[in-house]
Order: sequence, then C-alpha cells, then structure tokens
Amino acid sequence: MPGQTLFDKIWQRHVIADLGDDYALLHISRHLMHDGGGRGLAAIKDAGYRVRNPDLTFATFDHVISTAPGRTHDTLKPHAARLYAMRDEAKHWGIKLFDLGEPGQGIVHVMGPEQGISLPGTLLVCGDSHTCTHGGMGAIAFGVGATEVIHVLATQSLVQRKPKRMRATFEGTRHPGVTPKDMILFLIGQIGTAGGTGYAVEYAGSAVRALEVEGRLTMCNLSIELGAKIGMIAPDEKTFEFLKGRPYAPTGAQWDAAVADWRSLASDADAQFDVEVKVDMNKIVPQVTWGTSPEHVIAVTDTIPDPAQAGDPDKQQSMQAALDYMGLKAGARLDQTKIDWVFIGSCTNGRLSDIRAAAAVAKGRKVAGHVRAWVVPGSENVKRQAEAEGLDRVFLDAGFEWREPGCSMCLAVNGDTIAPGQRSVSTSNRNFVGRQGPGGRTHLASPAMAAAAAIAGRIADVRSI
Amino acid sequence: MDAFTVLDALAAPLMRQNVNTDIIIPIHRLRDVAQADLGPYAFEPWRYLPDGSENPEFFLHKPAFRGAQIVVAGDNFACGSSREGAVWAMMGMGVRCVIAPSFGPIFFNNCFQNGVLPIQLSRADVEAIAGELETAARPGSNHEPRLAVDLHNRTVTTPSGRRIEFQVDGIRRDSLLKGLNEVALTLLREAEIAAHQAKARQATPWLYPAT
Repeated sequence: MPGQTLFDKIWQRHVIADLGDDYALLHISRHLMHDGGGRGLAAIKDAGYRVRNPDLTFATFDHVISTAPGRTHDTLKPHAARLYAMRDEAKHWGIKLFDLGEPGQGIVHVMGPEQGISLPGTLLVCGDSHTCTHGGMGAIAFGVGATEVIHVLATQSLVQRKPKRMRATFEGTRHPGVTPKDMILFLIGQIGTAGGTGYAVEYAGSAVRALEVEGRLTMCNLSIELGAKIGMIAPDEKTFEFLKGRPYAPTGAQWDAAVADWRSLASDADAQFDVEVKVDMNKIVPQVTWGTSPEHVIAVTDTIPDPAQAGDPDKQQSMQAALDYMGLKAGARLDQTKIDWVFIGSCTNGRLSDIRAAAAVAKGRKVAGHVRAWVVPGSENVKRQAEAEGLDRVFLDAGFEWREPGCSMCLAVNGDTIAPGQRSVSTSNRNFVGRQGPGGRTHLASPAMAAAAAIAGRIADVRSI
Repeated sequence: MDAFTVLDALAAPLMRQNVNTDIIIPIHRLRDVAQADLGPYAFEPWRYLPDGSENPEFFLHKPAFRGAQIVVAGDNFACGSSREGAVWAMMGMGVRCVIAPSFGPIFFNNCFQNGVLPIQLSRADVEAIAGELETAARPGSNHEPRLAVDLHNRTVTTPSGRRIEFQVDGIRRDSLLKGLNEVALTLLREAEIAAHQAKARQATPWLYPAT
C-alpha cells in the first residue's frame, strides 16, 4: 500500500460515513465563529435546530468592529446590535466567546492558534475563506458558507468532496528581506489564483520546515488566493513548542499523548500527490502586487508588466483593466509609485512576529508626511505583548497609528477604509477592486515592506532602507 | 431549497477571469441588507454609474441578455471570500445556473446549498458557448441567446442545437433534483455521528476540552 499524505491521515480520522463519489460526511473537531458571517446562531434558532457541540465551538468579534483606539462597547455603533445579539446567543448555547478587551479576542485566525484551539490533526472550519490559515498548525482547515455553518452547528459534521492533493516544495536559501508572505505570493504569481483550485496543498521542503509557526500560518493563509480551500504544513517540534502552555492546549499526560500522536502526522516518504510544484528559494526577492488579483505580483525591483506580452486575450483584458483601476502604466518601476496609506495587520500578517518585523524597520525613522500608516494588532494578546515590548512606542514615535485588534482595513466593513483613488500598501491578503474601500488601490506586501513604504512614502525595497 | 431539474432560459456571457465574490456582493451590503433583498446589489461595483443610474455596458443590462437566468463565465469564477451572499445576490437577480471552466471552491459548494447549479466545462466549450450566445444576441440572428440545461441527462444545449454533456457529482445532483435539505438529511444520521464522536473522544481525548 502506498504511503499516505498528511491530508489523507487527518481526513480519514474524520470520516463518519463514506457517501460515495469521493464524498464523505466528516466530523468537525473545531468550529470557529466570528461577527461577519451569515446569521449563524440566529439562523439556528429560527430553523428550530440546537447547537450540537458548543464545547467544540469558539467565537470572537473581529470583522465589523471598529479598531479605533480607546474603543468601548458604546463606540461600536452602528453594529452594536449585531454584537450584542451574538453575545446573547453564545451565552444561551454555552459557546465560549472571546469578548472585546478580553485576552483571546482578535481576528478569528489569530485567536485559534494563539489560544491552542487550533491543534494538529483537527478538522477545523469557520465561515471565512481564510480559515486555511489554521493548516499551518498541521490541521485540515477550510472556509465554509453560511448554510454549511448552520449544518456544522446543528450536526457537528459536514458533507464534503475529498480534494486532490498538491505539494509545493520550497528548497534553497531564503534571501534577506524575504518573508513567508513573499514565498506564498511568489508561488501565487507562478501558478496563478486558480492554480490550486480543487486541491488541498501541503507546503513542504527545507525552507518551510525552517519557518516559525507564525510564518507558516501566513503561508497557509494565502492558500485560498491560490484557489485552494486547504493549505497545510506538517506539525513538528516548533509546532509543539508553540502550543505548549496555551490556554486550550492539552496538559499533563494528555499533552504527552497528543504530542506522540502529532508526530505521526506527516506525509509518508512514499506518499503520492496528484501534483508536485517545486519552488526555488533563490529566485525569490521581496514581492509586491501591482494589480487587482493576488496573481498580479512581481518582485519589487521589477517593472510593471505589459498586458500585450500576455498571450491569452482574456488575460490581456484583465491585466489592462487592473492597470486602469490601479492608475499604473506598463513598463514603469513599481518601486517609484507614491502611496497614501499603509496598513499593517490582518489574519495574514497581524501576529507578534509581523509587528516586530515592521517595528524593526520603523524604529528611529519617520513616516513620510503625506502617508497615513496604521498598525492593527491581530489580537488583544498580540497588542498587550507588543506593548510590553515597547513596540507601540516605536510605532507612535515614528508617526504610525497604533490601534485596537480586529480585521480593520483588510476588508473595510468596520469603518476603517481608504478613500477612492487612494493607494495603500497593505499586509493583508486581497488586492481586489474596492477591497479597502470603494475606489481604493491596494498593493500587497510583507510587514517589513509595508513599513518601508510608509517611511519612503512610496513602494520601496526594504533591503535598500 | 427549490429543486433544479431542467432550465431553458436566456444566458449571458461574462467572460472575465477571476471575478471575485467581493464584486458579486460588496461586503457592506451583506452586512446591512437582508438575504432576500440582495438582488439589486449583485455586481454593484459594475452595475451602476457613479450617479446611481444603470450602467448600460453591464453584461446583464444589454437588451438581449436582460433577465438571463444562466451566466457563462471565465476561469475561477467567484473566487475569494466565502460569502454565501454572492449566491443569494445572483439568485436575487434571477440566476439559477453558472457555467465556467473553474470556480472558487467555496462558492461552488454554496451554489448547491441554494438550488443553484454550477457547471464546470472545458475552457474550449465555455468559450464556444459564449461565442454562440454573442452571435445569437446580434440583431438579425435567427436564434435567441438561450441555453437548455438538463440536470437529469447532464446536458447543455446551445442556440445552434449543439448538445454538450457535463459532469456533476451524484450526491449533489440528487440533492438538486429533489430539492433536499442537507441539514435535515444529516440529522437522520445522528447515531453515526454520536458513535464516531464517542470513538474520537477515546482515541484523541485531548481534542475534547472538559466541559
């Protein structure tokens, strides 16, 4: 019998019933909830269902909350009613909700790993496409729609088709200035935003194993921008070290048993993947997007590509539309482009290591006069730890604004937006049309690159600062 | 959920790649507008001019395609956010079927949860269908830009009468044909779910926090 992939091992554990045609009824071992999805808990009540496993369900506020400094419950209007309803429903069902100001509150994809809720070997879902983030812990994790959320609440299970398996292997030396964000953006640039459609992607290779857990979460976070619902990385000693002592991680004898089990969660040497992709780390330098899809990405040192050079007419049209929207010209240098905004945060890059990387660039420097720059920690704990390290002072002294935890300007549904025509360098995950506010123009980059842009007042190569 | 069996309807081509769900329904509409009322906001960023009037260039505002119930789209249609409101908004404007070479994976599942049929065909077939629809929409054409989708027989018939077979997973097809509610079906399997969970609690007790 051929070996199994990491994906197969975890999938198999969660099969309640084989439904034929590669479909299975899957047990859900972790369900995370947030304030931005469908009607979730209210819909359950209306339909007359009960929440089957409140013990396996965890909730927080992130999407619609303002991140303005000094926020209180009273400043959350106009969405206060939504939050209060969710708080009441969670209490009614006995679901743990990490409330505002409480350790644990934060972006749902920061909260899960941070609290030790997202564990290796789990099958974790959430009504948000960036749920793939948790795959960085060695889990199968994917985003689901509102009706699937109701299915999970009512039955703690989900009907899914088994995807094909892809492995993306990163080998070679990581150059200075290159972060996990650059690694995954580079891969998206190589195989496109539909390159992973239909696959669960395992990221592997020495360059991935060398990453710390937070960097692995960043890589897996952008799996959906490859078209893959699922991205994952085998758990290892770094994962175990990261989890030990976290509030919801196992303890004592349970911890030892868990770690012994987790060590078996790696693809076997003879495991077969449907597709293998190799990435040469030597080719990767800091990446920045120029267009309106994450696949519109180039090295910061490159010139903006010419649609005429793209063979496919549909691609030409989409590239030209992107250039027009972004107000850019083919052939120009991207790193000379003047900017108005910088956003450092999100479920992609809102963790402590991201904040530290940005602070290292900001320290002793000043944000350009025409730029407004925000740092939005991914969670209450990230905020408190960063403040304990004095990083808030570093940012404030440099002219950045230091805000409360939440999704903020990653999706601009909470009052945090840029104005039409303004240009932002953002550490988030989507440079879609209007993503940071109607008419707003977004360039995706790493935290260090975003901080460098804030200081230069234009897109800049962090290696030259 | 409404059943889906056969649909003979106007079809409109939207041959752009990577149309994302942010375009199909802007997030603030999803936040502020009830599910049943999302239709007027479907494709809002493309559908209206800055003064709020209809954009005549919008694909579903062209006279021949107005009222289309089938959308023929480019690669990676409805990628991005998991928002099910993308399906609800398209349903709100009457759409019941989308044909594309590939789909955003979460949107693909969300369609089946709402009685909307997503059909995946080869890029060549999708382009040929879109081409036929454009031709049929021209003044003087002998055909209407319609497609006949038959889920029983898994076929799409084009304006010229060409019949193209498509694949659809058996379990999804069955649910659509009968208009089944998946939650209700799964609740019938409670004994299996309970048995599985009891075994999992034994094998991996650390996944089950003490309550």
